Amino acid sequence: MSILVDRNTRVLIQGITGSAGSFHGEQMLAYGTQVVAGVTPNRGGTRFQGTVPIFHTVSDAVRETGADAAAIFVPPPAAADAIIEAAEADIPLIVAITEGIPVLDMVRVRRFVESRPGSRLIGPNCPGVITPGQCKIGIMPGHVHRPGHVGVVSRSGTLTYEAVKQLTDLGLGQSTAVGIGGDPVHGTDFVDVLRAFEADPETEAVIMIGEIGGGEEERGAAFVRDHMTKPVVGFIAGRTAPPGKRMGHAGAVISGGAGTAAAKIAAMREAGITVVDGPHLLGRAMKDALGRRGKPKPLPVTTGKRPAPAPPPKKGAASRGASPPQRGGKATKKAAKGERE
Amino acid sequence: MVRSPAPPGPGADERSWSGQDGGARGPPPGRGALRRAIGLRGGAREDQGARDRVKIHEYQAKEILRKFGVAVPRGYLAVTPLEAEGAARQLGGGICAVKAQIHAGGRGKGGGVRLARSPDEARQHAEAMLGMMLKTSQTGPDGQQVRKVYLEEGCRIARELYLGMTLDRDVGRLAVMASVEGGVDIEEVAAQHPERILREWISPLTGLMPFQARRLAFGLGMQGDSVGAFVRFATGLYNAYVATDASLAEINPLVITVGGDVLALDAKMNFDDNALYRHPDIAAMRDPDEEDPKEAAAREYDLSYITLDGDIGCMVNGAGLAMATMDVIQLSGGAPANFLDVGGGADEEKVTAAFKIILSDPHVKAVLVNIFGGIMKCDVIANGIVAAAKQVGLSIPLVVRLEGTNVELGKDILAHSELAITPADDLGDAARKVVQAARAA
Repeated sequence: MSILVDRNTRVLIQGITGSAGSFHGEQMLAYGTQVVAGVTPNRGGTRFQGTVPIFHTVSDAVRETGADAAAIFVPPPAAADAIIEAAEADIPLIVAITEGIPVLDMVRVRRFVESRPGSRLIGPNCPGVITPGQCKIGIMPGHVHRPGHVGVVSRSGTLTYEAVKQLTDLGLGQSTAVGIGGDPVHGTDFVDVLRAFEADPETEAVIMIGEIGGGEEERGAAFVRDHMTKPVVGFIAGRTAPPGKRMGHAGAVISGGAGTAAAKIAAMREAGITVVDGPHLLGRAMKDALGRRGKPKPLPVTTGKRPAPAPPPKKGAASRGASPPQRGGKATKKAAKGERE
Repeated sequence: MVRSPAPPGPGADERSWSGQDGGARGPPPGRGALRRAIGLRGGAREDQGARDRVKIHEYQAKEILRKFGVAVPRGYLAVTPLEAEGAARQLGGGICAVKAQIHAGGRGKGGGVRLARSPDEARQHAEAMLGMMLKTSQTGPDGQQVRKVYLEEGCRIARELYLGMTLDRDVGRLAVMASVEGGVDIEEVAAQHPERILREWISPLTGLMPFQARRLAFGLGMQGDSVGAFVRFATGLYNAYVATDASLAEINPLVITVGGDVLALDAKMNFDDNALYRHPDIAAMRDPDEEDPKEAAAREYDLSYITLDGDIGCMVNGAGLAMATMDVIQLSGGAPANFLDVGGGADEEKVTAAFKIILSDPHVKAVLVNIFGGIMKCDVIANGIVAAAKQVGLSIPLVVRLEGTNVELGKDILAHSELAITPADDLGDAARKVVQAARAA
């Protein structure tokens, strides 16, 4: 098992005919992801790669194909519109890859998505989500991943790849790797993903990669301290970034002094997380953490080949295809947000 | 031409004027870029994200605020002493303030804000300020050259307050902050007297509501007509913020005059560069004189670059990995000369541009390239690095750490390049090697 996505996830790509959307759409298909639809206004009725049907609107695509996840590759000026269109269509999982969306657009998007309990947003400005061997939604290099039992959650794209590559090289596969994105206003946060990993029986341990700024890592650490039984290994980038080059004065005031690497690392260590000094030490630290915990389960043989496609769900029933941790994650998403407000 | 600032003269309003701008202003140049770097990485449009945040001058911020009904004192810009004298006359010939326009705060303490009692005196102050290297707590040791001054009519100040607006990223909403501690460093207030900062969070559904502004006004101890004036002021500020896609608006101090008026004595606005495409008027306010030339050059190539004060040049793909690279260099006893995120592409053109920018810093003694090749394979990246290094005639030690797809092919290309490239296995190894190379240089 895994979190968020698996071999049954039916993916719709918004912006599938654009340069990023078509390039990564092709890569996702090659990885074995079930890409069931594309959306590009005014290109409805045509096909992507001769196979994937393209629709004018998200609601048409969902009705016709039962898509239950959206990957958004729409350029920044239209990205807020695309995310809200997906949430309005009640797509359970919306993965926004687009980088460079105006912050005030995201303030409105986040407020809207919060009012749609049936939808979860990941990103924007993130590499996406991958359950190795089953489903890749995003821009990460699929082939460095292997199926296994380590969950990865990160604010940074390349640092995620670094961590995953080390795990794979050490024979440790991944249950799911989630890039939550680096924008100041985004959807799913560390707590949401940690909660899903804790509930996922196939995930045995978690790597958590954060960065300076904001208070998300601190909240994630508090969740680990209070609710997690699985070992967590972490890294925070930016501990030597010069102070004062960090964030706005008013921003620093708002966060009440939180957001420094030192504060994050302290909170994480206090929560029992093993925090390493450099990203190159993540894989080894995870191996040690699992070793202390006992023998890991044998790894399944990896293929990376396209799995047999699942039968299409009944029309309109797509959103019911979510796996239990995902539903759990959704319920807790509201709870987590409630704590904050 | 460097001139030492004249000591502030006496005067009834001197205290009030000198109290403004007390360090709670903008960051040193480049901070926006790191925030950008911290905020953005690895998206579908990886080549689009590496731009600095936009900062403007006080006089420009006030121009914007005026359009949105925010009360600001009358003022004129001057670039010569004679213009300053004329501006002072335009303001009625009485008391006025002469304010240096640079993108850094703390101007008052550095001699960048002076009171003039006559047009003649305004000209003298402008003469002293224009061309001087104004040093403040935020400019760095060399200071920032003053090229423009802003002349503003004086006012009789009863109280100095603080009003700020920015994103609270933890709740994903804009927040308004107000304090009775105006004209001082608001971060110090936050640290020492957090209870003296009032906050309101704004729902994007409603915008800033009048009751929220009233709550702030009463919390600040206002009464009578000042309350209504403050509500209009705060509403105008919010409208200006949203209409321009600002990322920060700070009025410090906000003053209540003896007559009960609410006025922005100082004003600072920054803008979200991601939204600049829909605000050409604000993009045009950019002042190249205020920007680090290396950072400006990097922006041309969509590279995210920040000057730091060490001697090890860094070129990395991904902001998170770039910060982590700086961290590991410092842990190994070295000091990075820069932050540089080449983005996901890392092709020959970008790598060449990045090398040129790094090498234009005379302090750089060695360079570390740290790239994770995912979708773009290591052999392609290695070819790019070799071609770029040859093109720029790289003569200082270069340590390269590649990881990812086709890494062995990539390392092979580097080893057979006839360039003195030191390969490294992981980030720890790379940092040790480049620190050693910089020490030996």
